[in-house]
Amino acid sequence: MKNEKNPPLDRIDGRMKVTGGAKYFADFAIPNMTYCVIVGSEIARGTVTNIDIKKAQGAPGVLGVFTHQNMPPIPGWDAPPSKQADGPPPKPDTEEKYRILSSPKILFDGQPIAMVVADTYERATYAASLVKATYSKQAARTDLDKHKKDEITPKGGDYARGNAKAFESAPVQLESEYTIPIEVHNPMELHGIVVHWTGADQLMIYAKTQGVNSTQQAMAQAFKLDPKNIHVHTEFMGGGFGMGLRTWPQETATVAIAKKVGRPVKLVMHRSQMFTTVGHRPYTAQSIQMGADKNGKLISIHHAATAETAKYEDFTEATVNMTKFMYDCPNVSTRYRLVRLDRSVPIWMRGPGEATGAFALESAMDEMAHKLNMDPIEFRIKNYTETDPEHNRPYSSKHLKEAYERGAEAIGWKERKNEPGVSKEDNWLAGYGMSTGVFNAFRWEASARVVLNADGSLVVQSAVTDIGPGTGTALTMIAHNVLDIPFDRIKVEYGDTSLPKAPSQGGSAIVSAVGSAVFDTCTKIKNELFELTTKAGAPLAGSKAADLSMENGNIFLSNSPSKKVAVTELLKTNNLPSIAQTADSKGSAEQEKYSMYSFSVHFVKVKVNALTGAVRVTKAVSVADSGRIISPKTAASQMIGGVTGGIGMALTEEAIIDHRFGRFVNNNLADYHVAVHADVPAIETIFIDKPDPIINPMGAKGMGEIALIGFSAAVANAVFNATGKRIRQLPITPDKVMQQVS
Amino acid sequence: MENENNAGEPESTGASRRAFLKQSSALAAFALTPPAAVHAVERGLDEKVAVAFEQQPLRVEINGVAQQLSVEPRVTLLDLLREQLNLTGTKKGCDHGQCGACTVHVDGQRVNSCLTLALTTEGSKVTTIEGLGSVDKLHPMQEAFIKHDGFQCGYCTPGQIMSAVACINEGHANSPDEVREYMSGNICRCGAYANIVEAIMEVKSKGGRI
Repeated sequence: MKNEKNPPLDRIDGRMKVTGGAKYFADFAIPNMTYCVIVGSEIARGTVTNIDIKKAQGAPGVLGVFTHQNMPPIPGWDAPPSKQADGPPPKPDTEEKYRILSSPKILFDGQPIAMVVADTYERATYAASLVKATYSKQAARTDLDKHKKDEITPKGGDYARGNAKAFESAPVQLESEYTIPIEVHNPMELHGIVVHWTGADQLMIYAKTQGVNSTQQAMAQAFKLDPKNIHVHTEFMGGGFGMGLRTWPQETATVAIAKKVGRPVKLVMHRSQMFTTVGHRPYTAQSIQMGADKNGKLISIHHAATAETAKYEDFTEATVNMTKFMYDCPNVSTRYRLVRLDRSVPIWMRGPGEATGAFALESAMDEMAHKLNMDPIEFRIKNYTETDPEHNRPYSSKHLKEAYERGAEAIGWKERKNEPGVSKEDNWLAGYGMSTGVFNAFRWEASARVVLNADGSLVVQSAVTDIGPGTGTALTMIAHNVLDIPFDRIKVEYGDTSLPKAPSQGGSAIVSAVGSAVFDTCTKIKNELFELTTKAGAPLAGSKAADLSMENGNIFLSNSPSKKVAVTELLKTNNLPSIAQTADSKGSAEQEKYSMYSFSVHFVKVKVNALTGAVRVTKAVSVADSGRIISPKTAASQMIGGVTGGIGMALTEEAIIDHRFGRFVNNNLADYHVAVHADVPAIETIFIDKPDPIINPMGAKGMGEIALIGFSAAVANAVFNATGKRIRQLPITPDKVMQQVS
Repeated sequence: MENENNAGEPESTGASRRAFLKQSSALAAFALTPPAAVHAVERGLDEKVAVAFEQQPLRVEINGVAQQLSVEPRVTLLDLLREQLNLTGTKKGCDHGQCGACTVHVDGQRVNSCLTLALTTEGSKVTTIEGLGSVDKLHPMQEAFIKHDGFQCGYCTPGQIMSAVACINEGHANSPDEVREYMSGNICRCGAYANIVEAIMEVKSKGGRI
């Protein structure tokens, strides 16, 4: 196994993606296909008193109109949930229960009240427009700020170490409040599902899911089927960012409806429906109390967060966790609460709670540095920790200091003035900001199958879905590094339940989990090859496996490379059409002695128009300390993607509810502003690229989340540096910049 | 839960259509309808006849192939490509002209196919991502997207590429900033913009129409 820095490799599925050949769920054509359109509730709380479906039923081509009055049953709805959030919603201890189309009760805006199926998309759309409902409306509680007093304490509880009163006597004190609005994943691909019952108990599903195994499990549970009878395929997914980490009720409903209709059904939801029925980043209010001595040593941090959830399900995330271990600080406490509102349930959105929490913590660190008149990097270095103060154990690896240094140099940090509001460029105020990001580095269990063919080509198989980070490309690199088979002779097959089981694409964990399985499986193949090479009568009989190497399809004696045998020759002389191996891979108990995290540092330069309050990010540098980088080219793309998402989070993204009605006013891509080309400058990405000795054989930690975590704080800090105005409510829109008094 | 065994089955799919046709028969325009068709509808043989009645002929060249089609007036070019012609490279991201995922060329101009009624392309030449290049012979823009990794999930990619080709041909690719401005109708949620701009600038630097 080579463990040198890896070369850039073009994305293995690049050709499919640039030619339109890549098939996403809605691209699969099945004879006799029918089309499903969802009709959503027009109120946020109340009851459907009457729903008139007669006109819709009579419309041309209509095959079924399903409401709470005639929805076919979903027998396993209330089965206990499996380990991941991948099944039907757990039996809630919440005050309400949401089971799609099972009751006239409305629990959130946009809740499906009818699903209409017709033989063409146009006919289904027209028929859906004919469904008319009347409601008995109740006042909807959708505004978290108004209902904070109704907070509940989710499981897990509060955290504290040290003296709870240390803040009171701290010489330098900071108390600040921060707000994150509702943000919506909005992957470019519309959500939906294609369902085909191929037999009485046989299902073929083309899904928009971050885990085919998880969708398979959810459907098996919902319909009380043997998972083996459910085939789920998601080779390509048009972005997920977390919204595909569970099976949503309308997907399950489509499966039930397809059975009733007796034909394949395609559901492609509308963009507006993706604001209400496939999760979102929850509105979260946070406060930070931070105390330090005059030399800049942290004395205490208290971090509190209150987030929205649904009335029918408690969604929690790790919003306050970073504060527990990021800095060397003796007195730390955190508090996390939920408020149940008349809203649909949130779901992890890239970076998830950590990105929300990092905005508060890393803004506060900048505010405190300013109070201390210290450089923000110097302040962080002063409170740097080489061990995890939450768990009192070492980090498996941490090169954050180097990341600060390299990022600072790349952005030109020395040009930054510590005094805010004094730098100008082209009549715009100019400023620099930075922040830190951190996320758990996981090692989940996964399996893989690898087949070495007689012609020397290699097939790597795993059920894992590649939602865009370049998983297939990374797995190609890992297989190549073990077996030294040329890249173009390696094929990776993924995204299908017929392949070995893998976790869902999420948690920045896939290279670590599935990559390790591929590594272990390829190693088994290598060992088998070495055995064939050294056994009696073999070309290198009598040699030890430890003395052998592989390169470019040949096996040779490391110290005498001319003594070699081709892999193809070896299989031929042994009459083997192929060698196949399967392996499960998981972490070891040794890992529990360490805290495993990936780290990032973000630097931005902004300019702010003093007349309009417009903020432009003019330069961004992101540094990742995430172990050995397996696929540098796709990893760099992941980092620039995090920057782009971070620019949107910092400057434009906000789903706005009109609380009089509990409904969104900007539930489309023209009014919900994600970053576009014109918002994003050239971005520099830097990898520390040093292998982690603990986490897995490749030494690779994840980077999907850290690419985003903290970025919005870097922008807010840069806006402060440019203007002297501290914006604590995202997004940093021009009106806030103009109104804010520093 | 009444009617559970008869879930969703319409009582009579023809009722409202027949009513419509009867009323419409008073209209002058309806005189154009062949009387035999009206008769067939009234006898309840409505659906197949109605499909034919509602459909309009469309002659359009798509990716160099002359097509003689029959489409409903309300069908968008996007849905025609995807659902009837199985040209699924063109993607639906919003159906409202807000995201650019459905960008195709009509007579060389980039358009949002979701905002284009299929019948308005009568006599036109439509090019989709499938007609730009093939896996064996990529268009220079497709090559450049691979080289610069101008995508992640790949869903917006066909639209980005179609838009990028038009952007250069329009003369709107003279600087990275100009490209950013003229490509801003194509959203990429994975955030590959920086790489896309590099890809476009590289193709542009080689000169000429592409």
